[in-house]
Amino acid sequence: MLRYLLRKLLIYALTFVAAVTIDWGIPHLMPGNPVLTLMGRIQIQNPQVAQHVYANYMRSFNLDLPLWKQYYYFWVSLVHGDLGTSILQFPSPVSSIILHAVPYTLGLLIPATLLSWYVGNKLGALAARRKVLDNTLLPFGYLLTATPYMWLAILMSFLFAVTWQVLPVGFAYDPTAVQGWTWTFGLDLLRHWVLPFLSLFLVACGGWAIGMRNLIIYELESDYAHYLESLGAPRKLVRKYAFRNALLPQITGLALALGAVIAGALVTEIVFSYPGLGYQIYRAITNEDYFVIQGIFLFIIVGVLIANFVVDIVYMIVDPRTRIGMQEGGQA
Amino acid sequence: MSVPDRVSTTTVGDDLRIGAAVPPAPADEAKPVSGLRETLYFAVRNKKLIFGLGVTLSMLAIAIVGPYIARHPPLDYGGQLSVPPTTRDGYWLGTTLLGQDVFAQFVTGLRMAFVVGAIGGGIAAIIGMVVGFTAGYRGGIVDELLNMVTNVVLVIPTFALLLVIAAYLQVRGIMTEAIFIGLTSWPWAARAVRAQTFSLTSRDFVSLARLSGSSSRQIIFREIAPNMSSYLFMMFILLFGGAILIAATLDFIGLGPSNTISLGMMMQLSVQNAALQLHLWWWFLPPGLAIMAIVGSLYVMNVGLDEVFNPRLRSM
Amino acid sequence: MSLAVDDLQVYYRTLRGDVRAVDGVTFDIADGEIMGLAGESGCGKSSLGNSLVYLTGRMKYVGGTVDLDGTKLPIWDFEAMNEHRFRHISVIPQYAMSALNPTRKIGAMTADLVGSRGVPYKHVAGEFIRRLELVGLSKDVLGMYPIELSGGMKQRAVMVVSTLLDPSLLIADEITSALDVSTQKAVAEMLVEFRDRGFVKSMVVITHDISILYQVADTILVMYAGHLVEKAPADVIIGAPSHPYTRLLISSLPEVGVRYTERRLHGIPGTPPPLLAPPEGCRFRDRCPLASAKCVKRPPFRELEPGHHVACWEVGG
Repeated sequence: MLRYLLRKLLIYALTFVAAVTIDWGIPHLMPGNPVLTLMGRIQIQNPQVAQHVYANYMRSFNLDLPLWKQYYYFWVSLVHGDLGTSILQFPSPVSSIILHAVPYTLGLLIPATLLSWYVGNKLGALAARRKVLDNTLLPFGYLLTATPYMWLAILMSFLFAVTWQVLPVGFAYDPTAVQGWTWTFGLDLLRHWVLPFLSLFLVACGGWAIGMRNLIIYELESDYAHYLESLGAPRKLVRKYAFRNALLPQITGLALALGAVIAGALVTEIVFSYPGLGYQIYRAITNEDYFVIQGIFLFIIVGVLIANFVVDIVYMIVDPRTRIGMQEGGQA
Repeated sequence: MSVPDRVSTTTVGDDLRIGAAVPPAPADEAKPVSGLRETLYFAVRNKKLIFGLGVTLSMLAIAIVGPYIARHPPLDYGGQLSVPPTTRDGYWLGTTLLGQDVFAQFVTGLRMAFVVGAIGGGIAAIIGMVVGFTAGYRGGIVDELLNMVTNVVLVIPTFALLLVIAAYLQVRGIMTEAIFIGLTSWPWAARAVRAQTFSLTSRDFVSLARLSGSSSRQIIFREIAPNMSSYLFMMFILLFGGAILIAATLDFIGLGPSNTISLGMMMQLSVQNAALQLHLWWWFLPPGLAIMAIVGSLYVMNVGLDEVFNPRLRSM
Repeated sequence: MSLAVDDLQVYYRTLRGDVRAVDGVTFDIADGEIMGLAGESGCGKSSLGNSLVYLTGRMKYVGGTVDLDGTKLPIWDFEAMNEHRFRHISVIPQYAMSALNPTRKIGAMTADLVGSRGVPYKHVAGEFIRRLELVGLSKDVLGMYPIELSGGMKQRAVMVVSTLLDPSLLIADEITSALDVSTQKAVAEMLVEFRDRGFVKSMVVITHDISILYQVADTILVMYAGHLVEKAPADVIIGAPSHPYTRLLISSLPEVGVRYTERRLHGIPGTPPPLLAPPEGCRFRDRCPLASAKCVKRPPFRELEPGHHVACWEVGG
């Protein structure tokens, strides 16, 4: 059991180091003096701002120092939580931009991921049970999972916000509203949250439903299912076992799908101008605000690693085989 | 979002206990049917396969022919602004806010999508196969190492990675995008190939080949791969679809190829230019619809192929 | 208990037509009888045994009756058969080693199973533990997952679970095939013990290994290509078989203590006929040294002497 966890931790540690290295290394892959190139691209008018930016770059790149020292100092500033300063939103530090955006992104991601996982799995199990349901749900599921996140977001925005005007078109809350811990403001937040949440939820749901349906069919054909049936066990019992066993790879799948869902959340935020990480990244890219991009990248990596670790722990609790010595059941 | 774990990993069936294992006697009713003919027999009767293939090929046809019949270059600002679909002047899908031909952009984008899918999916498939076969066949320390590499690349959210890389590149071509996508989406394919290789390697025909002195490369290419060929093909289809989706997402965020137009970029530009509020539906609806059609039909085709290749799944 | 099978026909549906795996089979089993069901691979013995309990997806019931303790078993009706499964007729499957849910402890699974059949677990818990100990498993097994048990242990656990509700008839399908010789003996003896202690009234032991049957079975039923060939007490089958197939089968067995430098070991030349389009009449006639023109007509499964049935025109005058 411990071996399983340690192994995972090692991978995550390696991944983190790799990610940080890539993050640090990318600007150095650009030909010429990266700082001058960057400055040339940005074309800052205000000389004071330009000074600050140059100082920032020089600090993070430490171009006068040998390469390994630059790398070392990168780690040092990382440990201190210093991710640099935004160029676009100067003088806001990147870390504060991230911290302000994170709650919105998490507010979309977490409910959408968990709910779509739960509902999708239930629907998939249902489809595996009845042929009629299977024939209707399955093509729908495939359509949904083949839909690009941003397109569904566009569609929902167009239909519900622009054409029928039942829900707001963008942002997290009405800019003219009074902010605070009131019911009205809460409702306002909710209204702005619905469409982005829905578009994330629907696409993800399709994927889970299809996966679960296939897994359950596979489980229902297994030897233990046949044995129970030949001993006259009612369908309910067999289905219960099949469902529980099929959930295991779906838990692993949660960790794997995380990357895709995050990408989906980011583009959905862009469509709805929802002020989360996606929105910030979009602005950063369009305005070549590199520190923000790098900072958000690192943040996402850390988030994904933590989420993966949590999923691994959950899996370990749930699958007795990992506790006994095999690795993720079946995938020795 | 691709559906990696959803690929069923059933091996070619050795399922029926009696009778079918006995070769059919040359009687009138039992015609001897060769393996390929039998596969084709089921293939043409599988509705999902036919439907999926049909849609994909139609889209491909449009992608190939379209740019030739489009009347205006896709990035040209010649037309009137924000015109809905019309038959005048060949603006069959109307124009954008900036007077560009939506139809021309659409068919060019379709081409780009197929290119990215084929190259990105192809590169990912090749890397995945190489890594998977080696790890699955060799086992031991080689497997452990490759496993570690695979897991690391797997955990990194590829999207975030591509974000950072692409953001720093000044000029981005469609090839670069495809290559990057290929370089980052291979892990789940490698894992799947490895698992299959493991189960095949333990079978007798591989031991026989080893005993008769075949080299590892020979064994992998002549014994193992052909047995997995259907599985590999289906995997490629999933990677193809996945590459298209990832490319569209990257393009939408603004990291698309800088010298041409793609479906994702069309969506990005339309949103940027408030096409939603201006009700310019012909600008932002077709691109996403096309992606949904191609990727969706690829997935459906995959399910059909699975049924054709795996006797166990065939409905009677 | 009594089992009477009359003209049972069970086929497999395939895309090329029906595979006639069990093609008109009639026999009886008496109370307390352990009947071995023997034959080569593909002769239909597993299909016959399993069709009495559980028709898998590809199998279809075509005709005939199965009468258990005076009740007709509705083997064509999956739901209706549930009533009888486990309580009156039970099975130890061929895949016993993978028959246990990998994510459920043995005790919990059994509790779920008997509970779902309307028997509260606490009524049988004590007996369950006693029987486990009888086959050499400690009661710690109840708290273990299948992965913690060896193959042999899992098989024994399945043996106990399958017979927990004291069924009248038990079908044991190739339960010794995957074991080594000494374990085979132990398992075979356990089967007899189950019958002697009254856990099970009668048994059908399906195997291709006749030597096991010699140790364990009271009677042996030999099957060939979907038809019954001979049924007799075990020592008669082994010592004085009547049907040409049985005789060739027995004589092709190696004997302990005999050296074969002088005598060669003979198999039976040829292969069984395909069950997809089987030939008319006796299915053994292509390989039978006694075959004649009569054999185009299927010989009836006649009783030569009390308890000895043979299906051959050349036997019994």
